[in-house]
Amino acid sequence: MSDTITRELFDHLVDLAALHLSEDQAEYLRGQLNNQLKAINELAAIPIDPDVPINLHGVPFAEAASAGLREDEWRKYPDAEGILKQAPQVEDGYIVVPDIPHTELK
Amino acid sequence: MEPCDLNALELTKLLRGKELSALEIVESCLARTAAVDGRPGSLDSGELTAEDQRKVHAFITLAADSARAQAMEIDRRIGASEDPGPLAGVPFTVKDIFCVKDTLSTAASKILANFTAPYTATPVRRMQEAGAIMLGKVNLDEFTYGSSNESSAYQPSPRNPWKTDRVPGGSSGGSTASVAAGEAPLSLGTDTAGSIRQPAAFCGVVGVKPTYGRVSRYGLIAFASSLDCPGPVARSVKDAAAMLQVIAGADEHDSTATPLPVPDYLEGIEEGVKGMRIGLSPDYFRITSFDPVSGELLSQALPAEIEKSVRDAAQVLAGMGAEIVDDVPLPNTRYGIPAYFVISRVEAASNLHRYDGVKYGHRSGLTTNDLKAMYKHTRNEGFGLQPKLRILMGMYVSAAQYSEQYYKRALQVRTLIRRDFETIFEPRGQYRLDALLTPTTPTTAFEMAAVYGDSVLMQYADQLTVPANHAGIPGISLPGGLDDAGLPIGIQLLGADYSEKTLFRVARAYEMATENEAWRKVKPEVLREN
Repeated sequence: MSDTITRELFDHLVDLAALHLSEDQAEYLRGQLNNQLKAINELAAIPIDPDVPINLHGVPFAEAASAGLREDEWRKYPDAEGILKQAPQVEDGYIVVPDIPHTELK
Repeated sequence: MEPCDLNALELTKLLRGKELSALEIVESCLARTAAVDGRPGSLDSGELTAEDQRKVHAFITLAADSARAQAMEIDRRIGASEDPGPLAGVPFTVKDIFCVKDTLSTAASKILANFTAPYTATPVRRMQEAGAIMLGKVNLDEFTYGSSNESSAYQPSPRNPWKTDRVPGGSSGGSTASVAAGEAPLSLGTDTAGSIRQPAAFCGVVGVKPTYGRVSRYGLIAFASSLDCPGPVARSVKDAAAMLQVIAGADEHDSTATPLPVPDYLEGIEEGVKGMRIGLSPDYFRITSFDPVSGELLSQALPAEIEKSVRDAAQVLAGMGAEIVDDVPLPNTRYGIPAYFVISRVEAASNLHRYDGVKYGHRSGLTTNDLKAMYKHTRNEGFGLQPKLRILMGMYVSAAQYSEQYYKRALQVRTLIRRDFETIFEPRGQYRLDALLTPTTPTTAFEMAAVYGDSVLMQYADQLTVPANHAGIPGISLPGGLDDAGLPIGIQLLGADYSEKTLFRVARAYEMATENEAWRKVKPEVLREN
């Protein structure tokens, strides 16, 4: 396989990931990603029948073993203040952030 | 022998017999911690000193005062003839990936360095309700991303009590080091690819990865949500069983926590293995290594000492009446790590998007009037290299144009790994195994700095443990001897879904049969008299 994460693709991923890297970090991380891809590419060599289903969580969770979903009911959280106390900037019970930039959808 | 060196169940007996108080137990553990642990991990640690290199450094946060207060409450209850709970007076440490109300819960990351949890994780709450005493929060690889603890933002990172120039393993390295060094008899860890079993093997203790869904993940800071399993670390099989008894069970806060009843794990644990079928697989005696220069994956034999420990254990179990089934095929074992590289990264990238400097944790002090710039500065400053690496790989392999090739294929390989295990544990099948016996790790504890930095080589440290996470099945690592360098060797038992009770019974049989072996008398280096 010829897949390699080029610098251009890497910079795109960094932007999508909302990261901002120093040059040293960028070079190290790109090298590691490409090494990991060599290991990942071993998957391509496995003969897999296209009908093999995907497995999302190992244990099958048959009905008797599954808790199922709760009723979708609103419940008051007992300590909303305790959660808000962790926010870096709060004003009148609202979390404050810098301006949200305007983006034109393409 | 000091109280801190006794097993949890021995301590509960002495406590109930009023031969020891809970406060005496806690003081013993605190004294041991003061003697062996050195300075706790911190973000601003400065240079590593010669003294640092001889210490264990298991802790990030020691909760001495609250532990003493809890101990006094247990002693009061015993004095008043109230039931103090099944694990009353037993100190335990908690991997700092679990939220505990009103304590710093850091995930060993700068991005959560100032996070005080507003609630307590279910497994921790259950331990406390059982009377166990939390001694503090212990170190780990940042967000659990590693197999050596060296990636922690909190330095000095933990060192192996058996030889302090070696890693304790990871990511629950603070947990296993604290238990091995006698700082606490129990610890709560998590296992996503082997993060309880691998460090348990490296530190010569017992580590249990329960069946996925057996223990609630509520309050566990998530890595890979379909693989994460909280579980016990202990110095004996019975202690591990007693701890799982307390933390297992349904939880309304985690819909993956199964409502299946939790069996009595201690009942019948010493009834032996007569008639049980225990398998050995050639696919666990070959290991894969990565050549960073050529980029090639090389297949080689397991180190002879480790293979011998496993085969000797099989002989011991055979001598007790178990039937050993050789040549059990598990052909997809070798694809566990490549599939894990994809699945875990996709889930990690998704889970790490919540760290943005808005709701909790670190926010960059750089002034900006642009939200996206704030996100970027915050995440750049807060995350270390390992979280960044996982986010980037997760985004790459799940991108629309690649996800068929990588993510879907990895999830199909997960099906093949699951089928391997279903075949060998099927009660009406060809193999009908009660347990599979394997090595836990491809090597014993490696030297500090020997692997860290090479993310592929580090990941392959989990190659013999990760298949159980893909399949969701339970596994136990227990001590199986020492290598020529005097480092612990771990042996692993794997079983069908919810077969922890059987695995404990096999493990206890082996433990009893080997209790007089010379290697069991050897103590970790930090506990030897000078």
